[in-house]
This record gives sequence, structure tokens and C-alpha cells, in this order.
Amino acid sequence: MTLFVVFGALALGAALGMVFSRNSVHGALLLVVNLGAIAGLFLTLEAEFLFVAQIIVYAGAIMVLFLFVIMLLGVDRSEPLMEPRPLQRRQLTFAVLIAIPLIAGLSATFAIPALTASPGALPENFGSPEALGQKLFRDYLLPFEVTALLLLVAAIGILLLARRRSER
Amino acid sequence: MSAPVAPPSNVADRDRTRSGKPLLLGLVLLVLVVLGVAIAVRNEPVTTSHYLMLSMLLFMIGVGGVLMRRNALVLFMCVELMLNAVNLAFVTFARMHGSMDGQVIVLFVMIVAAAEVAIGLAIIVAIFRRRLSANVDEMSLLRW
Repeated sequence: MTLFVVFGALALGAALGMVFSRNSVHGALLLVVNLGAIAGLFLTLEAEFLFVAQIIVYAGAIMVLFLFVIMLLGVDRSEPLMEPRPLQRRQLTFAVLIAIPLIAGLSATFAIPALTASPGALPENFGSPEALGQKLFRDYLLPFEVTALLLLVAAIGILLLARRRSER
Repeated sequence: MSAPVAPPSNVADRDRTRSGKPLLLGLVLLVLVVLGVAIAVRNEPVTTSHYLMLSMLLFMIGVGGVLMRRNALVLFMCVELMLNAVNLAFVTFARMHGSMDGQVIVLFVMIVAAAEVAIGLAIIVAIFRRRLSANVDEMSLLRW
């Protein structure tokens, strides 16, 4: 429970800080903290491989990409000072309409025995790369191939988007 | 009447004029409170519901960010936050059922998120080149 509270508070605090920070570089760094805290939560849930993957893929690759683009564009200079602007009335109504059933419903799950029972015994090497690989390449082989195609399409799309059309 | 103070020219200047001391004090207090709570409840069992609640709160913060912010890069970061919240729920259920399927799905979500971020950032860079702005309110060409 201690780890859960610490990592959970870290994740929530960093997420709030990200949403309300005016400087997008600070926002990106707070998101790194948030992703790290979620990686820690993965570890408490015995997902060792995902812990490592989260840190490498998210905190490593994706956030570096974000920071790179923020620095490249220099958006901080042009960012309007009223950000983050307050919610409009319509948005606020919408947000409250979504939030109330969500919070109420999930608070009600504390009354469901199946969700509050301590989980049963875990299979051998649960969460290890080996178990994940077995699952991935046996039961999820086709989706895996499709993601390979997706990444290829994304790479080609980025090349097309990033090409500078100087002729004309 | 004194002369009006010139507004700070940019975010960095304004941040520098603000004293960091109350913020630091607040942070220290917050850390102490969190540690206190953590030690107080250390013997309580942490259940699936706790993780689901945390996941939902993170998701809601992400939704709020998307609604409130106008900078396209920050919007993307909020989307990442939502994806991560969902990942957390998946891992929680994988732990609850003792099955690896949830973790495999999380891996797929990570792959899709990586592709999405790469494409999205490329689009933002392309738009920025043309319009010199990353404000989503100004990207209204497709609106009818």
C-alpha cells in the first residue's frame, strides 16, 4: 500500500502539474515524472517487462520526441498567456456530467467482492519477458504483424509529411 | 499613480519574477502528507478498485487537459496521459485475473501510441511551418 500511495500521488500530482503548467517544457518534464510513476505502479502489479518497456518507450523515446519538437518549434514564445484558459460553461457541464457517474460508479466497485479480494496465486514467471513473448507470438501473432505494418505505414507517412515542398 | 508596469514579455520572464519559496514549501508539505498517509495505511491491502480509481482519475485529468489547453503539443501530452491511464487499468486487470493477455494489449497500446505521437508531431511541425502557430483554435480550415 505504501508504494501504491507514493507512486499514485506522484502520478496524480505530476498529471495535474502538466495540465496546469504554462510552460510546455515543464509540462513535458512533469509528464516524464508521471510516466515514471506509472512504471512504478506496473512494478507493484508484477509487470516487470512492461515496467522496463514503459521507461524505454515512453520516458525514453516518446518524451524525447516531444521535447525535441517543443524545442524545435519554440512554441513557448508564441503561446498565449491566457493558457490554460478556464473551462467554458458548456465544457464544464459536459465534464461534470461525465465525472459524476464515473466517480460514483468506480466508488461503488469498492463494494464488489471480486474487485477487492486479494488476487489469487499467480502463474510461474508472471509478467516476465518470457511469458509475454509466449503470449505474443502464440495467441497474438496476427495483431503483432499488423502493428508491424502500422509502424511501417507511420514511418512512410512521417517521411511524406516532413518533406519540405520547396519546388513551386 | 505610478507608471503601469510593463507585462512580462514572455513566460520565462514571468516565471522568474515569481518567488519559488511558497511553491517549495507547499511541495515539502505535500510530500510529508503523502508519506504520512502512505505509512498510516501501509497494512491495508491494496485492491483492484484502488488501481481502477487511480486510473480513472488520471484519465479524467487527461480529458480535462484536452478540454482546457489550446497548445497542440500539450494536447498530445494529455492524450498520452489518457493512454497511460488505460494501460494502468489493463495491467491491473491482468494482475487480477493472473493472465498475461492484458499486458500484451498494453504492449500494443504502447506501439500504437508511438506511431500516433510520431505522426501527430509530424503534422504539428508541418502546420507550424505554414502558420507559425501550434494553437489548435487557429486550425479551423476543415470547419464548415
